[in-house]
Amino acid sequence: MASIAETHTGPHDGGHHESYLTAKRGIASWLTTVDHKRIGVMYLASILFFFFVGGVAALLVRTELLNPGKDLVEHAVYNQLFTLHGAIMVFLFIVPSIPASLGNIVLPLMLGAKDVAFPKMNLASYYFYVVGAILFILTIVLGGLDTGWTFYAPYSTTTSTSVISATFGAFVLGFSSIFTGINFLVTIHKMRAPGMTWDRMPLMVWALYATSLIQVLATPVIAITLLLLICERTFGIGIFDPALGGDPVLFQHFFWFYSHPVVYVMILPGFGVISELVTVHSRKGIFGYMAIAISSVAIAFIGFLVWGHHMFVAGESSLAATVFSFLTFAVAVPTAIKVFSWIATMYGGSIRYTTPMYYVFVFLFLFSIGGLTGLFLGALAVDVQMHDTYFVVAHFHYVMMGGTFIAFLGGLFHWWPKFTGKMYDERLGKLSAVLVFIGFNVTFFTQFVLGSRGMPRRYYTYQPQFHTLHEISTIGSYILTAGLLVALVTFIKSLKSGEKATANPWNGMTLEWHTESPPIEHNFAEQPICRRGPYDFPEIDESAAGARH
Amino acid sequence: MSDSHAAHGHADAPGNNSPFFQHHFVTMTQQASAAKLGMWLFLVQEVLFFSGLFMFYIIFRYLHPDTMLWASEHLLDKTMGGINTVVLLFSSVTMALAVRAGQVGNKQHQVTYLAITIVCACIFLCVKYVEYSHKFHMGALPGHFYSYAGNIPGEPQTFFALYFCLTGLHGIHVIAGIIALLWLMKRSARGDFGPTYYAPLELTGLYWHLVDLVWIFLFPLLYLIH
Repeated sequence: MASIAETHTGPHDGGHHESYLTAKRGIASWLTTVDHKRIGVMYLASILFFFFVGGVAALLVRTELLNPGKDLVEHAVYNQLFTLHGAIMVFLFIVPSIPASLGNIVLPLMLGAKDVAFPKMNLASYYFYVVGAILFILTIVLGGLDTGWTFYAPYSTTTSTSVISATFGAFVLGFSSIFTGINFLVTIHKMRAPGMTWDRMPLMVWALYATSLIQVLATPVIAITLLLLICERTFGIGIFDPALGGDPVLFQHFFWFYSHPVVYVMILPGFGVISELVTVHSRKGIFGYMAIAISSVAIAFIGFLVWGHHMFVAGESSLAATVFSFLTFAVAVPTAIKVFSWIATMYGGSIRYTTPMYYVFVFLFLFSIGGLTGLFLGALAVDVQMHDTYFVVAHFHYVMMGGTFIAFLGGLFHWWPKFTGKMYDERLGKLSAVLVFIGFNVTFFTQFVLGSRGMPRRYYTYQPQFHTLHEISTIGSYILTAGLLVALVTFIKSLKSGEKATANPWNGMTLEWHTESPPIEHNFAEQPICRRGPYDFPEIDESAAGARH
Repeated sequence: MSDSHAAHGHADAPGNNSPFFQHHFVTMTQQASAAKLGMWLFLVQEVLFFSGLFMFYIIFRYLHPDTMLWASEHLLDKTMGGINTVVLLFSSVTMALAVRAGQVGNKQHQVTYLAITIVCACIFLCVKYVEYSHKFHMGALPGHFYSYAGNIPGEPQTFFALYFCLTGLHGIHVIAGIIALLWLMKRSARGDFGPTYYAPLELTGLYWHLVDLVWIFLFPLLYLIH
């Protein structure tokens, strides 16, 4: 049987079980559900909505930058637009993106469990997300926010825009994130199917484990920081504002103690997705399973010790800066282990050029550039030059969008048949990958050049010598949008008229492929038992046997 | 296709016929240990949540040691703080006894010990109320609201911000604890808890001990410095 699990009743003869999508009907059955798959779908819809909102803000920003001076909006509105883009993309899209949507659906399936450990807390965490999102929308209504997503004091304690609703929104979203983290950690520790030892867990699960660790350990620090910021604005206490006797660098320390580790909350699940996609579509066991698994945890650990690299030019002592610089370089080691392992996995495999695999290629290319330019910024002397320029903007877009978002999209294509029971048009999917790849590079590679020539980030206007590059970048963002629209059309078309998906369209070995598409309400008709590693594809067994005899 | 697992063969495991058994778990033991791990993780995040404020304390004390000493010595009442410390420590003992009573299924003892714990928590809040109202009266308040007539060196308005943040956040946790304890008392009186199912008692106990522990740090750091 082509799976790592064996049960009495395979997916084929379980026809009397209803799928999770149709087992119960009506809006109320969705809003009160404790089924991790339905909660994942609700998360998916919500984060895609906010991706759209943040994306529109980004397009407005890029269009405004088409020419120096005013094109569309005044500078005050521009400040609000880039803040809105950053805050929405970070807090409402990327942080919850892969873990809370894809992760929520696949984690219990991959572990062979019926649900996460605390289904009600899972639903509560979704509603915390909704409340946080409402507070962000309220911020826009109440006059916007112009601090940038980083809320740096003392500007954030003195500006007249609606800082309190936004920070309180981020505070509430933090609890959503913590609850998801606790839930996943306990689920992974306690709910694995019989036979699923730690070294048989899919790498997606390892990545979610490392992610959840960071969510639980870092998020409370930003929560208390934002509360203190609210107190400072309300009561005028002097903790961050130097005019009141506070220390603005303390805010930066608190902020980045969370916000740097949270960069790994964003990227680690992406690594997990890529590990799954690259083996399944290369038909070859993963290269360096343990190395990839442990490197996720290593990144989570070292990630806690590098926050100071955001303050190289903020009055940090040269000793501290040197140590933080060294530790920043250290993160590159486990990250490179992963990238090399994925490439080694493809070597000698029989690669299928599916849409998910296209996205893997896009990811490898873009993330490598993003990761390597991180080293430029981690080097002290170079950072002094590059700090707060478009080079930084390009770097984190290559990592966050070129890495996490591309992995998210690849993962969505990969698990789409599982979630919906429908196949999609491969040609359209591949077209989207190609357009996204071209558009992304045109948009952001240009910004590396802009930054290294001295274009500062967040500026409303610029010197004439930057004009051409800004034009190219803006045109790139339109191509990127076109690619994303093609992806959207692919999904809508699949929902309307997609072919019915089989239980296991990619011949994956992990347990989520071992139930129907879409899965039945309680995931498995019968408790699965894990008997092999997650990537022991049958064709590998045959070739190995052939070689031996 | 051989050797299937008898997932549904656990109906005879201890506690699996309990009305509180959740069916996405395989056994009651698994359910209890999952809940306990979840609670510990929650407590870890609580510690980190408070840690931001303790960092605020460290930096303030480093920047303005004179303010801290003066305000602590003249405006914080060691006796009241001391009483509250004893009260909370005692409530931790009764909480532990309530958990024990849950494990052996003694309904009467559970209710009694929980009631004593709640009374202690209320005494704590009453003492805190007296302390707070005294400071409100004197104008020893955070930031803009500071109007204390005495001459305190350094940044006293920030010291009181620190004081109210730390004790206030702790106080909110005490209130949350009281709500949880009342809910437990209702369930105990109904006879929900016994040898196979006492997780809510145990988890609330863990939480209550943490609230206690935070105070054990706050008391010397705020009241006893010299």
